[in-house]
Amino acid sequence: MTNSISTDICIIGAGPVGLFAVFEAGLLKLRCHVVDALPQVGGQLSEIYPKKPIYDIPGFPDILAGDLVQNLMRQIEPFHPTFTLGERVERLAKLEDGTFQLFTTDGTEIFCKAIAIAGGLGSFEPRKPAVESLETYEGGRGVYYMVRDPETFRDRRIVIAGGGDSALDWTIFLADVAKEVTLVHRGTTFRGAADSAEKVQKLHEAGRARLVLSSNVTHVHGQDSLEAVTITANDGTAETLPVDAFIPLFGLTPKLGPIGDWGLELEDDAVKVNTLDYSTSVPGIFAIGDINTYPGKLKLILCGFHEAALMAQGAYKYMFPDKRYVLKYTTVNGVPTL
Amino acid sequence: MTDEVRIYVEEAPGQRREVVAPTDMALSVMEVLKASGYDIQATCGGMALCGTCHVEVLAGPALDEPGDDELAMLESLPVMTQGSRLSCQIRITNRLDGLVVRLMPQGT
Repeated sequence: MTNSISTDICIIGAGPVGLFAVFEAGLLKLRCHVVDALPQVGGQLSEIYPKKPIYDIPGFPDILAGDLVQNLMRQIEPFHPTFTLGERVERLAKLEDGTFQLFTTDGTEIFCKAIAIAGGLGSFEPRKPAVESLETYEGGRGVYYMVRDPETFRDRRIVIAGGGDSALDWTIFLADVAKEVTLVHRGTTFRGAADSAEKVQKLHEAGRARLVLSSNVTHVHGQDSLEAVTITANDGTAETLPVDAFIPLFGLTPKLGPIGDWGLELEDDAVKVNTLDYSTSVPGIFAIGDINTYPGKLKLILCGFHEAALMAQGAYKYMFPDKRYVLKYTTVNGVPTL
Repeated sequence: MTDEVRIYVEEAPGQRREVVAPTDMALSVMEVLKASGYDIQATCGGMALCGTCHVEVLAGPALDEPGDDELAMLESLPVMTQGSRLSCQIRITNRLDGLVVRLMPQGT
């Protein structure tokens, strides 16, 4: 069944700028729905450096990235935003009445009056190894870049590739689920959590998981679905292993993704905006934060916050062209609730 | 002593572009490459956390050994060569004059 949501503004991207946009829109009593491809809010701050301090947020001499996200979530609570996480907006349609309909990867439909793209550097997508024909087996045919449901791999023969914490953690977890687990790592040592590396080594010694070091998965084989992979050692020797699933876990990297196909005017993979209100070349669609570009652009959270405030005003005027808007200060009026 | 060094980016086999880098601004190679127009995401801003500034050192002066954080990140990437480094972790100093690097692909 299709999940259908109706809101005033759909914010694409749940990073700090997207979250603050909820606040600014909330002050204008606009409802927001936030969509992000990642399973949690916070964007880069949560995904890459939650424990790193940030020093250029006004009023905070230093604040951990993860704490800033938590604070932003607290700040927007009064506005009761709704979220669709772990789904990427694939497509949008502008309807006859000037409103929009968005479609996500998992079939969620969002109806909204305006769109604010706060997509940062784009959606975080799996970093794929350069193995020929890998894409042939994507989409449930044997190549998986993340483990959404471990049960997918129950009693199956799997090969995991990678040397980071994800590869180690899933090797440990799936050793109890899958029929056979092989971890292929290009190096000879793991610099992830020492405890995890030790557990994998013990599983290997106990015959419950196979560890293949100094090697790469270099080829994938099969007809309609994946049937085997070739593992090539650094010394050139190779073996072909029958498998049901191959899981390369090399982290995530940001890509502009489908936003690039929405008919917006772009410049160097960023969305061009009018700094009057951060509107894009398509009326009703705004872009704020690292995803946009304009003369003098600075990719700072601080600047994204400023852009969010102006965007909210612009979106309000787009939605209610006949209503007169009067700027109100929170110190005088407090924070309204929705 | 000069206050700038020259590093070279191999854009294609045998085709190198010279980049002049100041030594008195505490910049990293990543920052200099980015400022020179190279398409480097450097998502994490230079904390050795994202691997999107991965370069291969092809020639030039000996560099300090990579630290644990840098090695950990490099080892988690799909491709790593003998010369692999995170450009955000290489500080521009006078010793870097003549360094030759190649930008590594970020995967498909």
